[in-house]
Amino acid sequence: MAKDNIFQFELQDDGIALITFDLIGEAQNVLKQEFIDEAENLIDEVASQKDIQGIIFRSGKPKSFIAGADINMLNAANTIEEAEQISRNGHAIFNKLEGLKVPVVAAIDGACLGGGLEFALACHGRVCTDSKATKLGLPEVQLGLLPGGGGTQRLPKLIGIAASLDMMLTGKQVFPKQALKSGLVDEVVPSANLMKAARKRVKQLRKGVKKKQSYFSLKGLQKLALEENPLGRNVLFDQAKKQLLKKTKGNYPAPEKILECVEKGVSQGKDAGYAVEAKNFAELVMSSEAKALISIFFATTELKKDTGIDSDAEAVQVDKVGVLGGGLMGSGIAYVSADKAGKMVRLKDINAEGISKALNYSWKLISKKLKRRFISDADAKKTMARLTGSVDYSGFHDCDMVIEAVFEKLELKHQMVEEVEANCSDRTIFATNTSSIPITDIAKAAKRPGQVVGLHYFSPVEKMPLLEIINTPQTEDWVVATCVELGKRQGKTPIVVNDGAGFYVNRILAPYMNEAGHMLSEGIAVEKLDKALVKAGFPIGPITLLDQVGIDVATKVAPILEGAFGERMAPPKLFEKLIGDGRLGKKNGKGFYKYGSKKKGPKEVDESVYQLLGIEPTQSIAADEIAERSILMMLNEAARCLDEGIIRNARDGDVGAIFGIGFPPFQGGPFRYMDKLGIDKVVERLEHYQEQLGERFAPTKKLVTMAQQKDTFYN
Amino acid sequence: MSAESTAKPNKAPAKKPAARKAKQDRVAIVSGLRTPFAKQSSHYRGINAIELGKMVVNELITKTELDPMLIERVVFGQVVILPEAPNIAREIVLGTPMNVRTDGYSVSRACATSFQSIASLAESIMLGDVSVGIAGGADSSSVVPIGVSKKLSLALVDLQKAKTFGQKMSILKNLRPKDLLPVPPAIKEYSTGLSMGQNAEQMARDRGITREEQDALAHRSHTLAAQAWEAGKLDDEVMTAHVLPYTKEPLSRDNIVRFNSSLEGYAKLRPAFDRKYGTLTAANSTPLSDGAAAVVLMSESKAKALGYEPLGYIKSYAFSANQADHDMLMGPSYSTPLALKKAKMKLKDLDLIDMHEAFAAQALSNVQAFGSTQWAKENLGQRTKIGDIDMDKFNVNGGSIAYGHPFAATGARMITQTLNELKRRGGGVGLTTACAAGGLGAAMIVEVD
Repeated sequence: MAKDNIFQFELQDDGIALITFDLIGEAQNVLKQEFIDEAENLIDEVASQKDIQGIIFRSGKPKSFIAGADINMLNAANTIEEAEQISRNGHAIFNKLEGLKVPVVAAIDGACLGGGLEFALACHGRVCTDSKATKLGLPEVQLGLLPGGGGTQRLPKLIGIAASLDMMLTGKQVFPKQALKSGLVDEVVPSANLMKAARKRVKQLRKGVKKKQSYFSLKGLQKLALEENPLGRNVLFDQAKKQLLKKTKGNYPAPEKILECVEKGVSQGKDAGYAVEAKNFAELVMSSEAKALISIFFATTELKKDTGIDSDAEAVQVDKVGVLGGGLMGSGIAYVSADKAGKMVRLKDINAEGISKALNYSWKLISKKLKRRFISDADAKKTMARLTGSVDYSGFHDCDMVIEAVFEKLELKHQMVEEVEANCSDRTIFATNTSSIPITDIAKAAKRPGQVVGLHYFSPVEKMPLLEIINTPQTEDWVVATCVELGKRQGKTPIVVNDGAGFYVNRILAPYMNEAGHMLSEGIAVEKLDKALVKAGFPIGPITLLDQVGIDVATKVAPILEGAFGERMAPPKLFEKLIGDGRLGKKNGKGFYKYGSKKKGPKEVDESVYQLLGIEPTQSIAADEIAERSILMMLNEAARCLDEGIIRNARDGDVGAIFGIGFPPFQGGPFRYMDKLGIDKVVERLEHYQEQLGERFAPTKKLVTMAQQKDTFYN
Repeated sequence: MSAESTAKPNKAPAKKPAARKAKQDRVAIVSGLRTPFAKQSSHYRGINAIELGKMVVNELITKTELDPMLIERVVFGQVVILPEAPNIAREIVLGTPMNVRTDGYSVSRACATSFQSIASLAESIMLGDVSVGIAGGADSSSVVPIGVSKKLSLALVDLQKAKTFGQKMSILKNLRPKDLLPVPPAIKEYSTGLSMGQNAEQMARDRGITREEQDALAHRSHTLAAQAWEAGKLDDEVMTAHVLPYTKEPLSRDNIVRFNSSLEGYAKLRPAFDRKYGTLTAANSTPLSDGAAAVVLMSESKAKALGYEPLGYIKSYAFSANQADHDMLMGPSYSTPLALKKAKMKLKDLDLIDMHEAFAAQALSNVQAFGSTQWAKENLGQRTKIGDIDMDKFNVNGGSIAYGHPFAATGARMITQTLNELKRRGGGVGLTTACAAGGLGAAMIVEVD
C-alpha cells in the first residue's frame, strides 16, 4: 500500500495482521469519508486473504485512538434520506468488520469516542492502555444525536442494558479501570504491553475463550432480574424513560430516541434495531436541537483557540495567583486555580478562620476525588500544598496575578487596588471579581490602570463553566490574553466583554428577572413562574434563582443597571419589601421558598410572601406567555449588547448566556434563537408587549433594522 | 535557573582566586519559621512529622518568596522516625510544590537534630557544594510507630520463609497472647537502659538542685515566653497552622505556654519520675509536643545577589560527646567551650545565651557547670571556668519548658528566635546550645550585623 494511505497493513510472522491507521496531518483520528472508504476496501481485502489468522487494529497516533466521527460529515447531509444513508453506510462497514472469520481486536490508547468506540465495538475483542488519556464513551447525546454506527445495539449486548443506557444517555466517558469492570474492554495494560495484550486476546478468541459473568455476583443478579426477562426489562425501560423526561422536560429528543433503539434491538432483534437506529439518527441529525447543540460545540471549540484579543500580544506566564478574600467566591477561585490550573495560590483573608474555611472548601472538593480514587492521597495533599494563606501580604510580592473577591463596595475595591500595587510587583495583574461595579471605576484608584481587569466568575466557581473577562478601554492586551489563558487552564470557557454596567451576563439577566418580578406583582404565583421557565429549558426558574443568588445581591445590582440604562431596567418595587422583611434568600433560609425542612421533593413556596407583597396569586396566564415575556426581555437586551460592542460577536453572546445563565442549550443561545424565530417575529412580539405592558419592551433599533433588512446574526 | 545552580561543582580553574575569597563568604540564615508547637495529641492529633515538616517548609518558601528552582538541597530530621518514610527531607520535596530535582537527605542527632541539619547544610555551603538550601526538623509525639513485640516480629518474618502448614503451625504455637499486644516506642535509652527523666533526676540529686529552684526556672520560662507572645515578638517567626481537614480552629500560638503562670501552681505537682524523693515534675520538665521548624540557608554572596537581607549568620558551631550513664545531659557545658574557641570568643562576649531546657534541673546543672572552675578542670581539662552566665542574657524569651520540645524542631526554633531577638536589639552575637540523648551536646554561635 502507498505511503500516504490512512491504513498501513503488515502481516506478521505469527499470522496476525497489524493494521495501523493514522490521519496524517491531523491532531486526532476522526471518522471521515476517506477513512471509512479506505477501511471498507481494506476489510474486503483481508476477508479474502487465507493466510491471516487474526487482526489487530491500532492507531498510529500515540494517546489517540479515534476521537469520533467528523461532524462536518453530518452538516453535508441536506435531507433526512441522506442522513439515514450515513448511518446505514456505517452499519454496513461495521457489520463487515464484525463478520470477519478471524478474530479482530482493537488495541486502544487514548480517546476512543463516538464512532471510534462503535468501531471498537464491532471488533471481537478490545484491550486498552492504562494511560490517563485513554477514555471511552459515546458522547453523541451531548450533541443532540445518537450513536448511529450500531452503538445502540452492540453496547447493551456487551455491557448490559442498564450500564449501556448510563453511558449513552449521559454521554459520559469512562476510564480504563471502569471500562474493564463493566466488560467494555477485556484487559487494561501499560502502553508498552498493549501489543502483547492484543496478540494474547487474538489467540484467546481463536481458541474460543469467552468471558463469563456469574449470576451470583450483585451485578449478575441485577442482570438476571432486570435484563434477561421481558418483565424486568419493561420495568427498567419505564424507569429510564421517567427519569430522562424529568431531566429533559421534553426539550431534548435524543435520549428518548436512544432508549427506543435499545428497546427495539433487545425485544425484536438486531435488524429491527439497526433500522430504527438509522431512522432515529437521521431525524436527530435534521433536528433543530442537534443543530443548536452542535453550534455550541463549534463555538466552544473556537473559543478554546481564541486568545480573546485582536492584537498579537502574548499572555505572560502565571505561576502564582493571589486571591483576596476567602468567602464563597474567593474559595472557589482559589480551588480552580490550585487544582484545575495547577498554580501556586496565596490567599489573604482578614483572619485565620477565613483562611481555614477557604482551605476546607478546596479540601472537600479534593477529598471527593480521593474517595472516588481518581487521585492518590499523596496527590491530594500535594494539591493542597499549592494553596497557602496569610492574613497579611507576605508571599504576595511574586504573584503574577491577584484576584480580589472582597465585598462589593467601591471604596474597599479601591483599597485593594492600592494595597496590591504597594505590596506586589509592577507587573502584577489586578483582577476584580466584581459582579456589578464597572471596572473602569475600580481602575480609577490604580497607578497602572492598564493592569486592571475584571474576572467575573459564577457561583459555584468549580461548577459554572463560564468566565466573563472584562476589558476596559485602558486594559492592556497582554493582560486580557493572560486572563484568557488562565481561565482556560482553570477549566473555564472565557468570553471577553467590554466594560459597562452589568457587563454582559448580568445585564441580560436583569431584565429577565425583573420581568418575572413584574409578573409576580401582577399576581402570578411563584411556582407558576418557575415552572414555566424550567419547562422552557432553563435549569431553574427565575424566582428560585433569585433565592439562590440572594435577594440582597439582586437588589444591589438592579439600581446600578437602572442608573446606567434608565427606565427599562427599573426593578419591580416589591423587591425592596423583601429586604425590609429580612428575606435574603437561601443563604439566610428566608426567601420566596421555605428552607430547612428535610422533606424530599420540590421546595414549597413560603405563602406568607404574598401577604408581605400585598399580592393575591390568583392570576393565570399561559406558561408560554410567561416564558416569552421573560425571554424576550433578555433577547432584546442581548441584541443591545452586541450593538454597543459589549460582546465581541454573537458567538460569545450565545456561549455567555448558555454557560453563565443556563439559557436553554437546545435553542443555541439568544442570538441563534432569534435567528430561528426570525428577527421580524421577535420585533413583532416585542411590539405586541410594548403596546400591552409598556416601553420596556420597545425593540432595540438594531433589531428593527435587521428585521427590515431581513438580516440574521449568523449566516 | 536550575541548570545554572545545579551545574555548579565544576568550576573553571581560572576562578581560583575567587575560591579564596569564598572562604570569607559566611553562611547566611536568610529566614526561619516554625509551626506553633502543640501538646501531644492536641492540635496536631493524627498529623505525622512529615506533614508538619511539609507544612512549615511550604510556608517558609512562600513567605520568603523563594523560587523553588533555586533550592538545591533540603536537610531535615526527625527523632521518632516513621518507618514508612525514614528520609523526611526527600518526602518534603516530593510532597510540596518544590522542584523535584532538589536533593534531600535526613539526619538524626536526638534532641539536637536540627542543630545537625543546619550544620550539615552549612558545611555544604561552606564547601561551595550548594549555595541555597533548607534545613530543619519535625517531630510528632501524637503519631508514633507502635510496633509489635520482638517475639511476634520474629515469628512474622519466619512465617514468610515457612513453606508447609506444619512449619507455619510450629512457629505460631510458640506465641503467647501477651506477644500479640502492640508495643509503643521505648522511652529508655537503648545503651544505658535509663530514661531521660531518671538521668535528669540523677543530675539534680547529685548537685543538690532543689525543687524550688527548678520551679522558679519553669515559672521564669513560662512568664518570659508569655511576654514574648504578648509583645508580638514571635508573630513573624511562627506560622498559623491549618491542618486537615481544615475544620479545626487554626492554631496561631503554641498551646503549651502558660499565659497566667504563677509560682504557687508549680508547687502543687507531684514528682513525675522519682515518686519518693524526686524533684522533677511535669511542670518543670518540657512536655511531649508536636511541631516543625526550618530555616533557609544561603551563602552570604548568593543571598545578597538575590537581594535578600539575611536574618543573620553562623559564626561557629561545635558538637560534643560525654558519658551517657550519668550526667548525661551536660552537653551544653562540653560543646559551648568548643564553639567559643572556634569563634575566638569568650562567654562574656556573647549578647544572648539560649539554652535548651529539657528539664529545669538539666538547665540549672549546666548553668552551674559554666560558672565552676572545678568542673572545668575535671571535665574539660582547662584551668578556667567557661564563664558565669549573666541571667539577663539567658533564655530571655523563655525556653523549651514553656515552648515545648518537638525533638527535631527545637534547634531551628532556638536559632531563629535568637537571631530575631538579636535583630531587635540592633545586632550582636548569641549562643544557642542543647543537650541530647546519648550524652551529646551541640552549640552554635550566630551573629547579626
